[in-house]
Amino acid sequence: MSKYHVTTSINGEEVEFLCEAQQTLLDVLRDELELTGSKEGCSSGDCGACSVMVDDRLVCSCLVLATEAEGAKVETIEGMADGDQLHPLQQKFLEHAALQCGICTPGILIAAKALLEKHPDPSEEETRYWLAGNLCRCTGYDKIIRAVLDTAAEMRG
Amino acid sequence: MAAIQYEAPTTVEDAVGLLSKAKGTARVLAGGTDLLVQMRTGRVEPSLIVDIKKIPQIRKIKSEKGGFRVGAAVAGAEMSEHAAVCKAWPGIVEAFDLIGSTQIQGRASMGGNLCNASPAADSVPALVAAGATATVAGPKGTREVPVEKIPAGPGKTSLAKGEFVVDIVLPARKAGTGDAYLRFIPRTEMDIAVVGVGICLTLDKSGTCTAARVAVGAVAPTVLLVEDAAKALIGTKLDDAAMAALDKAVQAACKPIDDKRGTIAYRTKVSGVLARRAAAIAAERAKG
Repeated sequence: MSKYHVTTSINGEEVEFLCEAQQTLLDVLRDELELTGSKEGCSSGDCGACSVMVDDRLVCSCLVLATEAEGAKVETIEGMADGDQLHPLQQKFLEHAALQCGICTPGILIAAKALLEKHPDPSEEETRYWLAGNLCRCTGYDKIIRAVLDTAAEMRG
Repeated sequence: MAAIQYEAPTTVEDAVGLLSKAKGTARVLAGGTDLLVQMRTGRVEPSLIVDIKKIPQIRKIKSEKGGFRVGAAVAGAEMSEHAAVCKAWPGIVEAFDLIGSTQIQGRASMGGNLCNASPAADSVPALVAAGATATVAGPKGTREVPVEKIPAGPGKTSLAKGEFVVDIVLPARKAGTGDAYLRFIPRTEMDIAVVGVGICLTLDKSGTCTAARVAVGAVAPTVLLVEDAAKALIGTKLDDAAMAALDKAVQAACKPIDDKRGTIAYRTKVSGVLARRAAAIAAERAKG
């Protein structure tokens, strides 16, 4: 079976990989590139655990073919912290205890970062709608929403 | 699983060539939010995937003749960010925006929503109401098709082998015209329409309706353009009697199924209620 050669940018670094046509971007991130921060939940775009940015758009990496990443700019949870320096959202999620099992957390952090880049001062309602595609079965969402809104306030200064 | 071939042509002609020559099942990939799920569940087993997103015009919104030419793979988020489209066709934008989560909006396309041919596709009733057309490219050249002629039944389109939708043309909005789309779901977000209604209508200076198109989704195998419902509005000032006639005409056109989302009786009743409400919103927008 012939494989497809893909050159892409992941978290600012040029990456090359080989994949099959039916492999998703999530499959390649996790199984080939060992970037296992993005999680597989539903594989149907409902849960958001696999959320990444592709060309500055928030998407489910389970609904993107790996071949489509050719020439694209991909950003994953692994690129969110700056070395040991956590992103303000990551710090606030710890302070607010906005996670329990942690499976949904990388996807929610990526989605929340995309929200704050677009809307630095979101309302609670906007935040809840924006994150409606990220399911969490532990927290009941309240601490997540509080952590995001608190981060937004801090980042606005 | 047999090997799948993936191709990303950069011209419409190359895409048509690939689709025409395909031996097994070929699928066009736009946003992929339906196709990848169907592949995962085994509902579709393509031997060829033609990713159309490398064709330059497929991801662009172009102003044309007072309206817009929207590439088949333009994502929902890109439509919602386009101020001129939002101003001209708020009903189409709100319908498209109802599909899925923020993540889905980053990828899902109107071309895909149309060609996936779900009876409950949210953007389709709004496009039909607006009188939108689809540009279909194929081995015999290009043709313009009213959007309502594309879906042929659940999961089936009227497209011939080798054909695909290149873009969707939103016409110039005439003066005094407004459009609106409403759907019913049992929650507030992330669900599939139980009923969806798109209405586009034109009012003259006296407030009399001079033109209308009413389209209903999720109540028949394809989205319905209900001419009797339009007739109920045209020539009236959208008074109570006209709204009651609209309600009745929409209900009469419904041929829904019973399923877990709603019964036949419920879907039929709700279609009339949504039509009244959508007509009222469209009328407000028509007044500017």
